[in-house]
Amino acid sequence: MSVDGAEDIRKHVKVYIGVFVALAALTVVTVGISYMHLPALWAILFALLVATVKGSLVACYFMHLISEKSVIYWVLVLCLIFFVFLMLIPVATSG
Amino acid sequence: MEIPYSVKAHPVTGVPNGKLGIWLFLASEVMLFGALFSSYVLLRVGADVWPHGRDVGLSIPLATLNTMVLIASSVTMVMAWASLKMNEFSKFKLYLGLTVLLAFGFLVIKAFEYEAKFSHHIYPGTSTFFAIYFTLTGLHGLHVVGGILVNSYLLLPGSKLWKKEPERFTNRIEYAGLYWHFVDLVWIFLFPVLYLL
Repeated sequence: MSVDGAEDIRKHVKVYIGVFVALAALTVVTVGISYMHLPALWAILFALLVATVKGSLVACYFMHLISEKSVIYWVLVLCLIFFVFLMLIPVATSG
Repeated sequence: MEIPYSVKAHPVTGVPNGKLGIWLFLASEVMLFGALFSSYVLLRVGADVWPHGRDVGLSIPLATLNTMVLIASSVTMVMAWASLKMNEFSKFKLYLGLTVLLAFGFLVIKAFEYEAKFSHHIYPGTSTFFAIYFTLTGLHGLHVVGGILVNSYLLLPGSKLWKKEPERFTNRIEYAGLYWHFVDLVWIFLFPVLYLL
């Protein structure tokens, strides 16, 4: 998503509204599902999946990551490696 | 002395220095919240019993409302930036003002939630669950306060820069927006983890 001219931005505004509607709808879905009392594993997987989709929408469109320069991607890839390592510590050390 | 590459892209990185700076800062923020999320997983996996948020008195309707408020504030923030890109300064003021108001709304709702806990003598020391609940939501709340301060500055005295250097000011709004969307993103994960699971 290029962010050069005013005309481009006008098109993007419609995308922002669409993303807002999607985020609101996904929030309602995740709350609704939480009242269905699914088995714990499925509840966790579903809630994290919906949160990941919502987070990706925010990052890609509001934070413009969908059309960012490669240096920013490299910063985030490095960050992601450390983040995954951090998340694996409790799993690796439990039990 | 002029700060180099505050508007134009640096020839090596391909982005203005401010953009690289804010993303490096956000990467450090990912590690900060990541450490706390990791602690949450460790505590939860190690606990014999882990309470469900709604079973210990957390209000899902209030938290859902707060999620909507924060999502709406992210939209108004990006609209503030888009308004500057379209050279519509009055609309920018409106959208950034709305962003600050929504951020205050988030804190007010959060204060009601906290007050409900304190009135029942529930504090961080009450249980492991509430220790991590207050730590995560408290740190996130401090980030919301930080966003209010930055956005209020850019809305009032900081907006004078628009007349002198519009591109530089637009970049500042973009960086403030990146921070604000990150605060929204963190809440998107905090909400299900603390309230729904």
